[in-house]
Formats: sequence, structure tokens, C-alpha cells
Amino acid sequence: MIRIRNLSHQIAGHDILRNVDLDLSKGGLTALVGPNGAGKSTLLSLVARLAATQSGAIEINGLDLKKISHGDLAQLLAILPQVLTSTHRISVQDLVGFGRYPYSHGRLTSKDRQVIEQVLASFELEGIRHRFLDTLSGGQRQRAYTAMAWAQDTEYLLLDEPLNNLDIAASRSLMARLKRLAEQERRTIVIVLHDINYAAGYADHIVAMKAGEIVEAGAPEAIVTEAFLSRVFDTEAQVTHVAGRPLVVV
Amino acid sequence: MLRRRFFWLLLVLVVVSVLFLTLGAKGSWGFTLWFRGQKLASLLLIGGAISTATILFQTITHNRILTPSIMGFDALFLLILTVMVFGLGAGGYTQLPKVWLFFLNLGVLTLASVGLFALLLKDQSSDLMRMVLTGIILGVMFRSLSSLIQRLIDPSEFAVLQSASFARFNRVDADLLLLSTGLVLVTWICLWTMRHRLDILALGEVLPVSLGADPKRGQLVILMFISVLVSVSTALVGPVAFLGLLVSSLTYRLIPSWHHGHILPAAVLIGGITLVGGQLVLERILHLETPLAVVVECLGGLVFLFLILRKGST
Repeated sequence: MIRIRNLSHQIAGHDILRNVDLDLSKGGLTALVGPNGAGKSTLLSLVARLAATQSGAIEINGLDLKKISHGDLAQLLAILPQVLTSTHRISVQDLVGFGRYPYSHGRLTSKDRQVIEQVLASFELEGIRHRFLDTLSGGQRQRAYTAMAWAQDTEYLLLDEPLNNLDIAASRSLMARLKRLAEQERRTIVIVLHDINYAAGYADHIVAMKAGEIVEAGAPEAIVTEAFLSRVFDTEAQVTHVAGRPLVVV
Repeated sequence: MLRRRFFWLLLVLVVVSVLFLTLGAKGSWGFTLWFRGQKLASLLLIGGAISTATILFQTITHNRILTPSIMGFDALFLLILTVMVFGLGAGGYTQLPKVWLFFLNLGVLTLASVGLFALLLKDQSSDLMRMVLTGIILGVMFRSLSSLIQRLIDPSEFAVLQSASFARFNRVDADLLLLSTGLVLVTWICLWTMRHRLDILALGEVLPVSLGADPKRGQLVILMFISVLVSVSTALVGPVAFLGLLVSSLTYRLIPSWHHGHILPAAVLIGGITLVGGQLVLERILHLETPLAVVVECLGGLVFLFLILRKGST
């Protein structure tokens, strides 16, 4: 479980996060939603220790985040940033292999190779395993990077807006794949999403943020309502229900 | 495919080296081989060191048109030199023990780069680019200071300074060569053991953290290696700014691999070929007196322009 207590963060004198308290329990797919500038990415980057915690505390599985070594953290938690470089001349297979770095430090063992093969298969990358990243489409590239993070075999996986620049087919297949894999392998995925419909459609749990604070958290069916949209996003939109899931009419 | 390309690179390097040693040799073979062998060794060493340093710098800055000289490494070297000639006079400077000078340069350059790094990166939010930009500004300051002092010293001292501040491959001290070779070899061995970490560090700012490679520490360690490599070559022959860029862009072209286990050895080979081959063509075939550094800088500058213009057009 990731336990966040009283977390505040400032960048250049501006409050980005204010006294955030949040528990992310193990298992399932949690979507972090909210308007631009709500502090979602900052929260994610603090949990992944991309930046130091200024005030407050973060615990992962009962361990103080500050005291976990770099190597141990990399076996516990992986993060994929929002902007992924597209110009790297790395083959898909090598990239996925980098996901094993926390375990083998570059000298791949037979177990590593086995994991890499499995991940290439579950992300349907076998056909393009020898292609370089700079020759792939946006969707394929995102899939390759996600596969790398998956190969890291961590309990927690944090994804910052993975659906950016993806078309509807790539977005749906990525979300469905993540949901299925998270269930199969009992992993915890925290994902920042812009589109509330993707959150409502695939997440087990939604956490909504606004102006650096957590404003609502719960199952999609319970919290995605018209009042919620107006409160969190300041927009009046209609919410209908399709197959038991809330759907925002845009 | 990579294996074949390595084989060809090695073959070319051996051929140019043998030609360099033997072509047009007159008189005693023993003397010629000893004399030219020393020169060959220094060319190979400098070519390898500068190329390695440039690749490393591009790896930690994630930018393939930067070179360590942009951080003002060369400018600092020039400033040290100028201050010394100014302070001690031309006579005093030329009498300084070479080894002593060498270690002074090495120490100051390493301390300066690590100091700059520590100063700018102790705050976690700052990035490497800010450090590079600060380096550029400091480089300009060092250059201005040097030129100010150069205006104050007398013409004969200025002549000593001039000749010392251009890269010279023709007169290298034998003791220094041995010392430098040792230092560079140790650096190469250390780098070889961390080649996998370099692959990860090259992935950007976030992914290395996610993969547990601790980029800040990695960058600091690599910056220290870069300082050693650059100081060794500047202390040995003087500043060569664009050689690294020429070699690194050729390397990325010829070796399409992300692995530093491939890139670094290839860069060392290509660096050696560029310098030895260049010197061979200039001296033995064209019989020109033009210093090789001038030609390499000219070619490197053209490559730099080409890279920038191509980046701009895409």
C-alpha cells in the first residue's frame, strides 16, 4: 500500500500540492483525474521520488520512501513519464531488456530473457522486436515503453498520461491490456488520465484532484456524476450510463 | 553486421598506423620507429580520449551536438596557461617541470567541473542543461579574462603563450605520454565496467530514476571521467574542440547501437583513425606543414554546422 500523509509541495513559491492525504491500496487500476495544473503529475513524481519530498511523508508497503535505496525502489515501483523520447535508436527488444536493469544491471540472465519474452508476448511486440523506436508509430512506441516498465516486474506501476497522442484504437487497447494484466499479475497501476471517460471505463478506482488537493475518491460508478464534473472540472456536462459504467457526454 | 564493421574499423586503424610508422622512412629504422612510435601512441591516445569524453558528455546531456569544450573546459585550460605565463614570465613558465604542470591542469579542470556540478545540482529541481549553460557563460568569462591578461603581457611572452595554446601533436614529452596512457587506460577500464549503466543513463531524466540507476551520482562520476580525459589530452597536446564532435557523429552513423559496449570502443577506433590517418595524409602524402589540429577543427566545425542545419530543417 502507498500511504501519503500531509504532503505539500511548492515550485517557485507556488503551492502545487496542499496537505494531500491519500491511501492507494494494493491491486487494481487507479486513475488520477483532474483539470490541468491540479498537481497530478507532481504527486506521481513525488511518489516515484523524481523530486524530493518537501513536507509530509510517503510510505510504500510501510517503508519510508526517503529510506529506500535506489536499487530497492526500482524493484518495487516503476514510473513512465509523460514525454517519451521518440528519437532513440534502440530496438524494442533492447528497450524491454532495460526493464530488467534493476535485477541484472545489464548482464541478462536466463530468467531475465524469459521475462522479456513473456512481456514481448503480452504486449504483442514480437513482430516488431527488432525495429528501432524511431521507426515506430506513437501507439507502438507507447506500448514498447510500457512493456519496458512492465518487465521491471514491480508491485507498483505509475503512468503519467500514457494516452497522450494516441488514437482511440491504441488508447483502448492499451487500457484494456493494462487492466487485464493488472488483474492477472495482481499489480497496482496508478495512471494519470485526461479523459474522464477512459477513467470511468477502465479504472477500478478514481482519485480526483483540484488545485493541489484531493477532492474526491471512490469507484467510478459512485463518483462520476454531473455534480462531480461541475465541482472538479467546472464544466456542465451530462452523464449517462452504458453497461453499468458512467459515460460523460462530450 | 556490427562485428563486421568493427573488424573493418580495426583493419583501417592498423593499416594507417603501419603506414604512418613506415611510409617514407629514411635512415636508421630503430630511430624512426621509436620517434614515430611515440607520435603514433600520442595520436591514438588523444583521439581515443577526446572521442570517449565527447560520447560520455553526449550521453549524460542526452544531446548529440554538445561537446565538453562547450562547458568551457578548453577556455579554463587557456586561462590557467595565461595566468601562469603572466605570473611567472615566459622564462619561468618554460622551466616549470612538465609533470607538475600536467597534474596542476588535471587537478584544476577536475575540481572546476565537479565544483560546478555540485554547486548547480545540489538542488534537486535543477537540471543538467542549466549546468551546461552556466558552463558556456563561464567559458566566455574565462576567454575574456585570458584575452585581457594577454593584452597586458609583453610580446615575447605572448609568443610563448600562442605556441602553447594551440594543439600540437609533434612534440610530446615521453614521461607525460606514459603517465597519460596510464590515466586514460584506468579510465577506460572503469568505463567498461559501467557500460550498462551508461546505456540506462542515456535514456533521459526520468527513466534512469525509475530503473534505479541514480542519475545524479552517475552524472557526477561520468563528469569526473570526462574531466580526466579532457585534461589529459589538453595537457598533453592542447585544446582540440571539434575532433570529438566529428568522431562521435561518425560513430553514431557507423554503429547503429544504443549499447556503450559498442559505441565507446568504436569511438576510440574512429578517433584513432581520424588523427593518425589525418596526420598521415597531411605529412607524408601531401607534405603539408599545416598543423593537423587546424584541419580537424575545420572539418569538425563543418560537421557541427551540418548537424545544426539538419536539425533545423526537420
